[in-house]
Formats: sequence, C-alpha cells, structure tokens
Amino acid sequence: MNAVVQLAYLAAAVCFVTGLHLMNSPPTARFGNRVSAAGMAVAVAATLVLVVRDGGPSGAGWLTLAIGVLAGSVAGVHSGRRTPTTAMPQLVSLFNAVGGGAAVLVGAHDLLDSPGVAVRVPAVLDVLIGGVTFSGSLIAAGKLHGVVPGRPIRLPGGSVPVFLLAAAGLGVGGAVAADRYTAWVLLALAGLALAIGVLGVLPIGGADMPVVVSLLNACTGTAVALVGFVLDNTVLVVAGALVGASGGILTKLMADAMNRSIPDIVLGGYGTGDGTTP
Amino acid sequence: MDDLTTGTVVIFVLGVLLGFEVIGKVPATLHTPLMSATNAIHGVVLAGAIAMAVTADDPLGYALVGVAGFFAAMNVTGGYVVTDRMLEMFRPAGDRAPRREEAPR
Repeated sequence: MNAVVQLAYLAAAVCFVTGLHLMNSPPTARFGNRVSAAGMAVAVAATLVLVVRDGGPSGAGWLTLAIGVLAGSVAGVHSGRRTPTTAMPQLVSLFNAVGGGAAVLVGAHDLLDSPGVAVRVPAVLDVLIGGVTFSGSLIAAGKLHGVVPGRPIRLPGGSVPVFLLAAAGLGVGGAVAADRYTAWVLLALAGLALAIGVLGVLPIGGADMPVVVSLLNACTGTAVALVGFVLDNTVLVVAGALVGASGGILTKLMADAMNRSIPDIVLGGYGTGDGTTP
Repeated sequence: MDDLTTGTVVIFVLGVLLGFEVIGKVPATLHTPLMSATNAIHGVVLAGAIAMAVTADDPLGYALVGVAGFFAAMNVTGGYVVTDRMLEMFRPAGDRAPRREEAPR
C-alpha cells in the first residue's frame, strides 16, 4: 500500500513539473495550470489514503481538519473567483501568506512532540522561514491593496534591526535545535520570525512589491520542503524544492524585467509607491 | 522518522535542480500567472496539515490542525482558481466565456 502512495506522489510530482513547464508559453499555460491542479488532487487523495491506513486521526482530529479545510476552501474559491482583476496581486500575496502560516503551524506542532534532532533542525528552519513569509506577505498584500502605505517606510537604524532580529532568531532556533526549549520558546521563535517579515518588507516601496511577493513565494516553497523533511513526506519535499528553485529563478527574471537587482530591492528605500496607492 | 533518510535529501536536491530548469525563457506577460501557479503548488502543504491531524491529541493540537487546514486549503484552492482566471485572459477574445462585469473598487 505504501508503494501505491509513493507512486501516486511521483505522479503528482510529474504533474507539477509538466504543468509548470507548459506554463512557459501563453497557448498552453491554462492547460498547464490544470495539469498541476490534477497533480494536487492526486497528492491530497494519496495522503488521505496514507493517514487512513496508519489508523487515521481521532474523531475530533477529523472534525477540526474537515471544518478547517472546508472553511479554507470556501474562502479560497470565493475570493479567487470574486476578487476584481486589479486586486489579484494582493490576493496572490495573501494566499502565499496563508501557505507560509500553514507551514509554520505544522512545524511548530511537530516540535511540541519533542522529536529527535533530525526533525528539530528542519522544523526550526521551517518556523523561521514560514513565519517571515507569513507576516511579510501580509504586509506586501497590504501595500498592494493600499491599507499599508506604499511608500518605503524607513526604520531607525536602516537594516540593522532586521539583522539583529535575524541573529536573535537564529540564536533561539539554535536553542530549539539543541533541545533546550518549551512551548514559550517556540512562541518566541515564531514571534521573531513574524517581526522579521514585517520589518523586512515595510522599507520596500510599493513598485517593488511584485518581486518581493515572488521572493516570499520562493521562501514559502522552501518552508514547505522543510515540512516534508519534518514529516518524512516525499511529495512535500519535491513540490517545495520545485517551488523554491523555480520561484527563485522567476524572482530574478522579474527583477531583471524591471531593471532592478534583488539585493537593491530587499534593502529597500526605493521609489514612492506604485501610483495606485495614495 | 528520526534518522534522516538520504533518499529524501536526494529528492530535495533533484527537485531544486528541476525547479531551476523548468522555467525557461518565459515571456514577461506570464511572470505573474507563473508566480501564482507556483504559489498554488506550495499549497501542497495541505498534505502536511492532513498528516498532522494524525498526531493531534489535545485541544491545542486540534486548534493547530484546524487553522493549518484552513490556511492550506485556502492557499491551494484560491491559488489554482485565481491562476486559472489570470490565464483566461490569454485566450482569444472570441471564445472567452461571458463573465460578470467586474466593477473597480
């Protein structure tokens, strides 16, 4: 039975790769997206088979999962269908944020079970990266939507506070990886990651947001691959690695198309917004 | 699960190499749809949320499962729907299905 699930995961991965490849040219792009969606359905179905075979969640586990997934699907489909075309970029950023948030929660939940070091290390990195993409993408969505000022918001001390927070995050992460932690330490780790995301994106101008969203998208892919290491699940690893790498290349292409360099964008302070924000 | 299987690392590295290669000379008009498509693919974290439900056994665990399921399902469904809508604009104008008029905000 495990072999069937692994083969289904392989089929899903093939669909993801083929789908992305078909998206390189406009005539086949829409079909490519549907191939990718079919792969996703296979991956989710195979995972359901896997968990049922392993005994499955308890009744309350099924219930909370079903309620969460149902509500999330309604929210996703509804907002995906009804959002005006002009507001799509911030919607993509919002979807990216919730993906990162889910990655954080899965990693944090595994850390609460006091796992071994081979799980702790990817889980810590997952919580850090996923937390940054969650809050960073929310700020990016806010800037694109006009609820956060699109102009670069300069912080006192420039990039120094972000680097200090990153150093603190790595320090706390190291303590977790060394198995010296409680639930409160995990909360501090997630809090540091969220603060890095907010303070990292605020100084970046609204005009650079598409590139930032793409960069954060690549980060979410990496976080999902790390979740795959935590759960020892191959489809998460392969899909996450695929998104991390292709998202990175895409970020480079987008920055090149705008005649901007990625380091310049990340350091921020450029422009006064994209004109659509007041 | 505690010993890091080398097989998983192999899959990761090959996945990264594949990701570098799969996006070739994509025209600039497809940058945003492509980003949205990869965004939908990382919604596969839904599989992680499902797997996580197995080990949840206390109120905190159930709460985390519910929220993670909500987040991941929103990512995956919304991601594919919105990408499809973006790509709909690439079809020839003639066979585009009649749609509701979208009022600007």
